[in-house]
Amino acid sequence: MQHLWLIPAFPLAGFLVNGLLGRRRSNAFVNLVGAGSVLLSLAWVLKTLLALGSMETAHAERYFTWIESGTVNIGFELAVDRLSAVMLLVVTGVGFLIHVYATGYMSHEGGYYRFFAYLNLFMFFMLILVLANNYLLLFVGWEGVGLCSYLLIGFYFLKHSASTAANKAFIVNRIGDFGFSLALFLMFTKFGSLDFAKVFPAAGRLPIEQEAGWLTAICLLLLVGAAGKSAQVPLYVWLPDAMEGPTPVSALIHAATMVTAGVYMVARSSALFLHAPVAMEVVALVGLLTAVLAATIGLTQYDIKKVFAYSTVSQLGYMFLALGVGAFSAGIFHVVTHAFFKALLFLGAGSVIHALGGEQDLRHMGGLRKQIPITFATLLCAAVAIAGVPPFSGFHSKDEILLAAHHHAPWMYWVGVITAAMTAFYVFRAIFLTFFGEARGHHHPHESPPSMTVPLAALALLSLGGGYLHVSKYLEPLFPAPEGAHDSMLVIISVAAGAGGIALAWLFYVVRPGLADSLATSLGGVYRLVYNKYFVDELYAAAVIRPTIEGSRAVLWRVMDAAVIDGLVNGIGARCQGLGGVLRRSQSGNIRSYAAWVVLGAVFLLWALGQPGESR
Amino acid sequence: MSHVPVSWYLILSAILFTLGVAGFLFRRSVITVFMSIELMLNAVNLSFVAFSYQLKQVNGHIFTFFVMVVAAAEAAVGLAIILTVFKNRATLEVDEVDSMKH
Repeated sequence: MQHLWLIPAFPLAGFLVNGLLGRRRSNAFVNLVGAGSVLLSLAWVLKTLLALGSMETAHAERYFTWIESGTVNIGFELAVDRLSAVMLLVVTGVGFLIHVYATGYMSHEGGYYRFFAYLNLFMFFMLILVLANNYLLLFVGWEGVGLCSYLLIGFYFLKHSASTAANKAFIVNRIGDFGFSLALFLMFTKFGSLDFAKVFPAAGRLPIEQEAGWLTAICLLLLVGAAGKSAQVPLYVWLPDAMEGPTPVSALIHAATMVTAGVYMVARSSALFLHAPVAMEVVALVGLLTAVLAATIGLTQYDIKKVFAYSTVSQLGYMFLALGVGAFSAGIFHVVTHAFFKALLFLGAGSVIHALGGEQDLRHMGGLRKQIPITFATLLCAAVAIAGVPPFSGFHSKDEILLAAHHHAPWMYWVGVITAAMTAFYVFRAIFLTFFGEARGHHHPHESPPSMTVPLAALALLSLGGGYLHVSKYLEPLFPAPEGAHDSMLVIISVAAGAGGIALAWLFYVVRPGLADSLATSLGGVYRLVYNKYFVDELYAAAVIRPTIEGSRAVLWRVMDAAVIDGLVNGIGARCQGLGGVLRRSQSGNIRSYAAWVVLGAVFLLWALGQPGESR
Repeated sequence: MSHVPVSWYLILSAILFTLGVAGFLFRRSVITVFMSIELMLNAVNLSFVAFSYQLKQVNGHIFTFFVMVVAAAEAAVGLAIILTVFKNRATLEVDEVDSMKH
């Protein structure tokens, strides 16, 4: 017994303490509980992993039977293996740094205790998600993180755009979760269980489905769920809007941890996916499409957080590409490195926004290099990491993905390389617009407090050196090593693409600042299309949202609710009232009328008894 | 003694009973209504006795005595109620005593 339950229990306790008592306490108390509970969790993860050693097999602990009914027997069962160990370390480690950062970032905000209570609740559900040993418990965590995401996006609930964005995130996630729950139903019908320990061996014994069969159906439905949570085409639209939440939330939930839950889930289900090559191909294509689409949108955005949000979508696309081509360990590796550098990008962006008193528009920044040097230095570390500059972390994980993609289908590699170039371009565009050139705003920037800069520095170290955490090798017992020899030519091409992107950004935004605008003008229609995010939101509004609302109004409200349901209920009421009105007259209080009824009744009975009945 | 068929008794009983019912339904005075009830009871007594005579059984007689006892008790209670109603309402009209519906 390693008492795995303690890992999620600490943040849950933090949530309860802060949520119930935090209102009347000082910020220091809330900080201590909020960040301290996550630190305890991290410590317990480390202690558990040291005690378990190499973990060749999963270590499972069953605490009680959760649901028992007929053949259904679902236990509250937590387990840790190498995959969940990696995720645990990322979630608690990066989570702790972001909690510390938030103590500085949120210090002037109202609802301080509420913010930390939600963050801790999120940590609880995320850890449940990662530790769960069956799909249903995973689903509990899955829904829980969705709830916390909703609460935290709508943290500034007085702001209309924030509450709308929260609703959007929640509703789009419902679509994905609908697919996920269908997958679970189908899985239960076919395997008779939702336990990882039963489903995966059973799936392993099945033949590989060359044609789409029900295993493919399960995998595709799981993919729908993962696409919702991890913001893949066509359900990615909620993530950019989710930036309405406070920046630490964007870093923790919408960059480092929650959005990678879909990747984790697909990697966890690798036994299923490996037997459904059709589904794998779909995963790869969805990932690739997402990566390219989001990267192009990221090229044109002016809100610094929106740029990084589309970058997150794009990087998640990379991870799905990795999963789809069978390089599960590379995908998880990218989850890890991405957690480092994307959390850093967001926290750095938050530091910039903090320094400028809430300014998020890149056009009003510039020249901040000198004023906020620590933020600049750390953001630069993140930028070189995500751009794939060797030997920093992004280079290693992206490289593994691209090599695996090349082995699967060379064209996927080339599309990935183009996306890598775009990634380098938009990240450095944001860096150059923020820190170089002349100051375009009227602000008096000030460097952030140590509670913010220390986590930035820690994440910067991880972003630079994270590539040497041999995640893929560590995961080899779970996932077979990706095939294909190491081809240095391919590596050089992808690095050159990244360098090209950086150079182009340098040319556009530092050397010849007017060039980008004139190019945008000359491209005209294409630029507007991309700048407006391909009008996908408008398309969804026209194709789905407006018909739904109009249909609800015209059919469901006016016809179904007002006419049918209300009509039925009111009609029954009116009929009863009418009948009562008639019957009321018989209750006259007049004794002779009662007697008349008795007589009539007697006469009727006599008549009825006199009728020729059936012979008995 | 000439033999009177039992059906004649029954017909008489039915006529008396119907008269009682009619009186109960159509008269308004409480006293008349009360007398109509007595008439109905005695109409039934008559048919009991007639059957008892025809079937040579004593049951009918016994029932008749029971009915007469009950009728006597009912007359005592009923008249007391009528007196009380009259004291409180100063009326013997049945239709005016209808407060039970409230």
